[in-house]
Amino acid sequence: MIAIPTDPIAVILGLPLIAAAALATMPSHRMSSRVNVLAAFATLMACLQLFWHRPEPTDLLFIDDFNVYLVMLTAFVGFTSSIFSAGYIAHEVEIGRLAPLYLRFYSAMFQLLQFSMLLALVANNLGVLWVAVEAATLTTVVMVSLYRTREAIEAAWKYFILASVGISLALFGTILIYLAAQPAIGPGIAAMAWTEIMPRANQMAPELLNLAFVFLLVGYGTKVGLFPLHAWLPDAHSEGPTPISAVLSGLLLNVALYAVVRFKMLLAANGEALSPGPLMIAVGLASLIFAAVMLYRRRDIKRMFAYSSIEHMGIATFAFGMGGPLANFAGLLHMGMHSLTKSAIFFTVGHIAQVKGTQRMDDISGLTVSHPWLGWTFVIAVLAISGLPPFGLFMSEFLLVTSSFARAPALAILLVLGLLLGFAAMVMRVQSLAFGTPQGPTHGDTMRLKLSLIPILVHLGLVLVAGLWLPAPLVAWFQAVALMLG
Amino acid sequence: MSASLLNQIEYSASHLFAALVLLGSFALIYQRRMVGMFNAFAFQATALAAAAAWEAYVQAAPHLYVTAGLTFVLKAVVIPLALRRIVRKLDIHRSIEVVIGIGPTMLAGIALVVLATLLVLPVMPGVAAIAREELALALAVLLIGLLIMITRRNATSLVIGFMSMENGLILGVVGVAGMPLVVEVSIALAVLVAFIIFGLFLIRIRERFDSLDAHYLESFRGERR
Repeated sequence: MIAIPTDPIAVILGLPLIAAAALATMPSHRMSSRVNVLAAFATLMACLQLFWHRPEPTDLLFIDDFNVYLVMLTAFVGFTSSIFSAGYIAHEVEIGRLAPLYLRFYSAMFQLLQFSMLLALVANNLGVLWVAVEAATLTTVVMVSLYRTREAIEAAWKYFILASVGISLALFGTILIYLAAQPAIGPGIAAMAWTEIMPRANQMAPELLNLAFVFLLVGYGTKVGLFPLHAWLPDAHSEGPTPISAVLSGLLLNVALYAVVRFKMLLAANGEALSPGPLMIAVGLASLIFAAVMLYRRRDIKRMFAYSSIEHMGIATFAFGMGGPLANFAGLLHMGMHSLTKSAIFFTVGHIAQVKGTQRMDDISGLTVSHPWLGWTFVIAVLAISGLPPFGLFMSEFLLVTSSFARAPALAILLVLGLLLGFAAMVMRVQSLAFGTPQGPTHGDTMRLKLSLIPILVHLGLVLVAGLWLPAPLVAWFQAVALMLG
Repeated sequence: MSASLLNQIEYSASHLFAALVLLGSFALIYQRRMVGMFNAFAFQATALAAAAAWEAYVQAAPHLYVTAGLTFVLKAVVIPLALRRIVRKLDIHRSIEVVIGIGPTMLAGIALVVLATLLVLPVMPGVAAIAREELALALAVLLIGLLIMITRRNATSLVIGFMSMENGLILGVVGVAGMPLVVEVSIALAVLVAFIIFGLFLIRIRERFDSLDAHYLESFRGERR
């Protein structure tokens, strides 16, 4: 790789931004798909640089052990999604579902979304974090409404309203945090920097932090899709283009959860403030159980997996709420594994919806018979998301269950109940979708392994490896971060 | 003596402007007609701009004049005019459909002011009284904005409710001494972007459904049959 003597963070943020500007002017979709993939790949390469060269924190941006993980994950899934999106978009153009103008919009927005998510992750400043999350919301709103059908516009509208309200509440919480930090650090930009406020957390007024956290949890929690603020999530996931569902579910929810966890760390470091754990445990469990129950009555395949995202975000929130080295470890692992598995699932579902021409689950069956590669990939992906061994999600859920049984058996029982409910729903559905007599149209060659299945197989391969064996340095690093999260 | 008198004037004037913004919120609740709502919103934005300008003077923070100017131009002039134009062009219902009547909404609004005061005032022992009280008013405006969003059916009044929430946020931001500029400019930009997209949506919704009413949207539960 060419060593560019600049700040790696600037490169990571600059690449998607430049790409977005370039893509907005590109008329041909073939060309723009390629540029999109290239830009995503370059961003990923730039992120790799962070492993051996970690820049000094500035007032606005910083990299630490926690966010470097999510930055890598975001760049990686962004890259694989761009590959999937190239094939997906080509098909949508072929069947005439997308007009060229919207397409130009789409690829530019894809990169802008990537930019704003990365910015939110590397932001050292609470204000920048907030702006980035808001920008990510606006770009996804535009993407969800891309098809311009009645349903898509309704879904985008609902998402927009709910997310904007959430974001406004989060800003109020941010102001309160600044007010709490100001006496200890003095006015100015330093009082909004993570690296400044974390070491001085114990000098901040605990009552103010408590009030702030409630606003932040509700605000950013809306973006995480936590019950009862999840209403936007299933609609937004099911009506937008599938690559966006993958990015929304796999990455954007993580970014919002990252923000919540950061603020939780701040409260935990203060010592005197109310412990944020029980609040997070409560909303986490509620989301898990609610989503698990809702899984049973879905008819639309993308909506079903959207509910499954609520379920998994609930599990991760529960884990961070429990806290302690083991549960935090499980939470971190769960974020990563869910992100890889869920995006793989949405890629697969995108293929299925395209070959079958429908998202209605009643009209889809016998996939393993009619499309062996696709069908079996789907089965494996669903087994992975429902938390069966030997996949990575089993590891993280197992860790979480054992650690919470040791500390709070009553909560652990509820957790297991939710997990089992969700698991049963998934298994029930996959049976009718994947096996039995095939119905509906069968487009294209059905027997061959398509190139666009490769990102899915890579994701599932990673999840499988992580479930069987985590490299020692990675484990050590996860443990270090888990300790940091408190 | 004269210095303390000056302080008192500064203090009271800050209160006055912040209270005017809150009054604007109640004026918004009280409207039965779309045009009245736009006027009330413009009034609130003007009061907010005055509050921001006053804070700029009191805190000797010239960048707050920018916030004041932006607020006035955008929210007190451009947005109400644009909204009026949209309503006229699209020939939307000029009356506002309410979920809960105006009287009960008013009472709920008063309850929210009490709630905001009780929440904010006791928790900030180390903070200057002026910032504390301004923040309580800001939270009240924020919550009433949310209340308007919940209790008014038309999409246009939803948008207004949302923007009045943002007004509460700006009131909070300018009341806090020394808050970095980043946030203020970003809010102004965000509102602009939000409005553009909102406007886009309004027009699209009109094209698709011949109605701007939110309950058409609520009928959608997303499940295809």
